[in-house]
Amino acid sequence: MSEPRDLVVVGAGPAGMAAAATALDGGLRVALVDSGAAPGGQFWRHPPLLAREAVPTADLHHGLSTYRALCATLSAHERTGRLTLLLNHHVWTTARDGDGFTVHAVDRGRAPEERAVVLRAPALLVATGAYDRQLPFPGWDLPGVLTAGGLQSLLKGGGVVAGRRVVLGGTGPFLLPVAAALAARGAKVVAVCEAAAPSAWLHHPAALLRNPAKWAEGARYAGTLARHRVPVRTRTAIVGAEGAGGRVAAVRTAALDADGRPLAGTERRIEADTVGVGWGFVPQLDLLLPLGCDLADAGDGTMAAAVDDGQRTTVPGLYTAGETCGVGGAALAVSEGRLAAVSVLTDLAAPGRPGTRRPAAERRAVARHRAFARAMAQAHPLPPAWPAWLTDDTPVCRCEEVTAGAVRSARADEAAADHRQVKQLTRAGMGWCQGRMCGPAVHCLVSARDQPYAPAERLIATPVTLGALADSVEPTSDPI
Amino acid sequence: MNAFTVDGEPLPFLPGQTLAAALVASGRVAWRTTRDGRRPRGIFCGIGVCYDCLVTVDGTGGQRACLVQARAGMAVTTGEADDE
Repeated sequence: MSEPRDLVVVGAGPAGMAAAATALDGGLRVALVDSGAAPGGQFWRHPPLLAREAVPTADLHHGLSTYRALCATLSAHERTGRLTLLLNHHVWTTARDGDGFTVHAVDRGRAPEERAVVLRAPALLVATGAYDRQLPFPGWDLPGVLTAGGLQSLLKGGGVVAGRRVVLGGTGPFLLPVAAALAARGAKVVAVCEAAAPSAWLHHPAALLRNPAKWAEGARYAGTLARHRVPVRTRTAIVGAEGAGGRVAAVRTAALDADGRPLAGTERRIEADTVGVGWGFVPQLDLLLPLGCDLADAGDGTMAAAVDDGQRTTVPGLYTAGETCGVGGAALAVSEGRLAAVSVLTDLAAPGRPGTRRPAAERRAVARHRAFARAMAQAHPLPPAWPAWLTDDTPVCRCEEVTAGAVRSARADEAAADHRQVKQLTRAGMGWCQGRMCGPAVHCLVSARDQPYAPAERLIATPVTLGALADSVEPTSDPI
Repeated sequence: MNAFTVDGEPLPFLPGQTLAAALVASGRVAWRTTRDGRRPRGIFCGIGVCYDCLVTVDGTGGQRACLVQARAGMAVTTGEADDE
């Protein structure tokens, strides 16, 4: 058994890296656990260190100076032995354990082998980020239709451009960096279909003006898109996809009315071999929900973890930072990560000095970024009438192949009032992905419009083998 | 060039790529069928959330191709329905 550890951080994206770095600088002993092969999360997704020369991706990133500084800090603490960095480790559950927490993971560094790893610490910080929110449309399960984040992860993590002629659709500023990255790598991005109206941003001038860095970032993407002649069509959605030869061959787009309903006569057919779709993001709460922390309305149609101004959840000793407490981007995640670590240092009464920035300044940064995120969410809502583009045979649950018609019947005939009841009646959300892909859409189809989506509680966040389960209770898996 | 095999055929990959990245780089976006509709599936979310990209690696099924780092000599088999 190794020396006692003060803090386990799950997730090595912007929030988790910043939290770990600040906690380490403050004198704590930290384990930082991530399922990826390199630190960075999805935002700073990189190939593993040894592959950086073979797969150069630096030009696709934003805010890399912060990433590099955090990497340098973490490396320095790893050399002193106070940081245990566990990459390729998938955390499948967490539990209260006396005054602290037990974190159960499997090491998949040599997949398909799995080795159980158990970590214990008095404080746990969950920084598991978010994943793309999806709305189904006819043909969305054709090969070659990916999430926008999936296209980006292939590019940033593996240097792979998924197609030659690409259409992107959905809503939110994330579509722009994906389009810019694809264009920069030689794909022909034939359309970006943004469901929101371009004027929506103008309703929130204060939030925009207080975040000049966001302007600069947006201008950079706009410049790239203009250079590659990528058309951005606002108030437009992908309402269908057609396949040929085993993959997507074209999309149908339509202009939307104010409610998000396709306008008759505006439909266009655009040939494409690849489609990327994203409707904002859903906080990844799998590890937080079973620990019993309260949720709060994130203002973008999803529930997120409720936190105080120091990133403390309602469970003592449990902290969360980044997209798990409301989607708001990497800069916010970094600030929240630092704040969370300062709280851990305070609560554990650790010797030493937390970080280099004062918490008050960090809190102001969080407030500024949160205001921007709220404005962004209001400017990029899910179009309320999106179910208008579903046909009865459109698959909604990809895993269990449950159609929109079946979900609508469950609502109409059997009075299913939420996505959990729909799951029991139709199996939507019962398959491999456990409702991560269809949950928000099923929720929209059956729940009241103003009710935010809260994912179902999953006791096991990632499937593990029985062997690894057995190991995690046997003495072979001494806490490390 | 490093390679793993996909249903017996060698597939080259760049160091650090996942199985899915190498498959997509070779032009493949589907390598599995669904249980009921036998619909083709492959890469979708790219970050381990959707489970569309499942493959069998060295005899172990249910592996997410988008998460598994490719290693030289791995034997990947595809095409199983998702209940296998």
